[in-house]
Amino acid sequence: MNVHEYQGKEILRQYGVATPRGVACFSVDEAVKAAEALGGKVWVVKAQIHAGGRGKGGGVKVAKSLDEVRQYASQILGMTLITHQTGPEGRLVKRLLIEEGADIKKELYVGMVVDRASQRVTLMASSEGGMDIEHVAEHTPEKIFKIHIDPKTGLTTADATEVARKIGVPDVAIAQGAAFMQSLYKAFDECDCSLAEINPLIYTGDNKVLALDAKLNFDANALYRHPEIVAMRDLDEEDPAEVEASKFDLTYISLDGNIGCLVNGAGLAMATMDVIKLYGGAPANFLDVGGGATTEKVTEAFKIMLKNPNLKAILVNIFGGIMKCDVIANGVIAAAREVKLSVPLVVRMKGTNEDLGKQILKDSGLPIISANNMAEAAERVVAAAKG
Amino acid sequence: MSILINKNTRVLTQGITGKTGMFHTKMGKEYANGANCYVAGVTPKKGGQNYQGIPIFDTVAEAKEKTGANASVIYVPPPFAAAAIDEAVDAGIELVICITEGIPVRDMIRTRERMQAKGNGTILIGPNCPGVITPDEIKIGIMPGHIHKKGRIGVVSRSGTLTYEAVGQLMELGLGQSSCVGIGGDPVNGMKHIDIMKLFNDDPETDAVIMVGEIGGDAEETCARWIKDNMKKPVVGFIAGVTAPPGKRMGHAGAIISGGKGTAQEKLAVMEECGIKVTKNPAKMGELLKSVLT
Repeated sequence: MNVHEYQGKEILRQYGVATPRGVACFSVDEAVKAAEALGGKVWVVKAQIHAGGRGKGGGVKVAKSLDEVRQYASQILGMTLITHQTGPEGRLVKRLLIEEGADIKKELYVGMVVDRASQRVTLMASSEGGMDIEHVAEHTPEKIFKIHIDPKTGLTTADATEVARKIGVPDVAIAQGAAFMQSLYKAFDECDCSLAEINPLIYTGDNKVLALDAKLNFDANALYRHPEIVAMRDLDEEDPAEVEASKFDLTYISLDGNIGCLVNGAGLAMATMDVIKLYGGAPANFLDVGGGATTEKVTEAFKIMLKNPNLKAILVNIFGGIMKCDVIANGVIAAAREVKLSVPLVVRMKGTNEDLGKQILKDSGLPIISANNMAEAAERVVAAAKG
Repeated sequence: MSILINKNTRVLTQGITGKTGMFHTKMGKEYANGANCYVAGVTPKKGGQNYQGIPIFDTVAEAKEKTGANASVIYVPPPFAAAAIDEAVDAGIELVICITEGIPVRDMIRTRERMQAKGNGTILIGPNCPGVITPDEIKIGIMPGHIHKKGRIGVVSRSGTLTYEAVGQLMELGLGQSSCVGIGGDPVNGMKHIDIMKLFNDDPETDAVIMVGEIGGDAEETCARWIKDNMKKPVVGFIAGVTAPPGKRMGHAGAIISGGKGTAQEKLAVMEECGIKVTKNPAKMGELLKSVLT
């Protein structure tokens, strides 16, 4: 799960991570009032959407008067912001963050992720802030410092100090910089983050280390113990089809193609998308119905797929294990009848009670195209999608 | 022979009184030598009861002591599953297979660190995995037993149903399996592809291996490099997720392309460089394996 920048900063401040002062706003008037309350002479008006690259897209402006705050707030609120992470359709801006201006002396970078290889949280820091860190990693890997953090000790003062020094935090700010890193790790750990990225991390004219931006992602498996973070979820930032699917415990991800896929198991679902592509088609979605698919779940899955206006055909690919093929066959038939199937349907079933399942489909009288293996299924569904 | 488990393995089920634990313990008991293999169950405060004639104990240590169990399978709900692994490790169980899906990564980081510090050699498979089967001997996990038969092909995979798919294709070609291992898709877990590959390499009854991977991480690449220098048997591979877009998590907690790393294309390229025959067609895993048998 993701949160907005202002929410991420609220969480981080609770752990003692230094950030500029700021206020989240939902209207232009709120924005001007917030700037007034913050005081000072410079403010930053920042679009709040769950995507990076906001500055380049025109979603971040520096205002030098309250009039400019009003002007930029009205420009940005309600705009459709297009960045390299939003896709060409962009994202409607509904929230703003009004922040006090910071006197930036240098932009740095710090991030934390769970590293599969070391099986620990890895801190990455660099003197090259503000840029795409993947670019830095590719072109100047020597400028990125990494530390694998021992879960027993946490980020030690010695390690945090070394990181701060290596990325060029000046002596006068080293202690605060190290404390910043330690607070960030504590927040990462205690909030079950899967990613924390401060880009840029800055130090200011008055020698303070501050998080100018904040991106936090959370481990979905751990949300049950963080109701306060779940409350921050912004459904406007998520794909409605994915939100709808999650209500039925289905994992659905929208893709660009026109062939809907309904599969049991994530690995087989990915492989099904791959085989469709291999035979010249394009998957419209990833959809894992999981191990315990019921008639209800299959029906909902069909409804969600059929809402996609690009859909030209559907492929159901089931490897029946504990879940029996005849149960799935009945689910597919019930779903097809309930939702008035408007596109060709190809079904491939294998495994437990396979023959019974195929017979049930055949006896249903529905125009279902059956296939014996994945290759045949892909070939048939691609042909069907082409009409 | 086989790897990890055989008809002499003695299994205890942690979480035996839950719906999933009960169902799969029963299925395991009914498979091949299962009636002899499934010797104990553990659920706190339910010690003294039994399920299907299998005695239930309060703790893993007690179950191990009273029944001689040397392997554990875990069906405990996610909030308590990492602690269940810890308990099995502390009791000195040799092999722990954790089926539970949805364990917080933070819990697993601590559990893995604990295992390392303890250093008593417990092997962990999973979490979020289908388990392990040595066909016609023993099945520990949620895979359908009847789709397998004994033979000389090893299968290792991060996913469940895709493993069954590989097995199904082998069976259509008349090829049985020595052991099939689902290592699970979570970012922090026990054995990786490389660890299982080493076991297959040393198993005299395995002739060749199908390695099934997914996008995310670099465990397949690490394994491929080891294979290049050490493997005495042919290996074929498939990586799921060629069509997966970056930044989107494909079901499994670990299946995500991030920072341009972990793409299927990259994994396939490394595997090919290391002499592994790969296919981009998941329908051809069995045929490809057959083609490398001598």
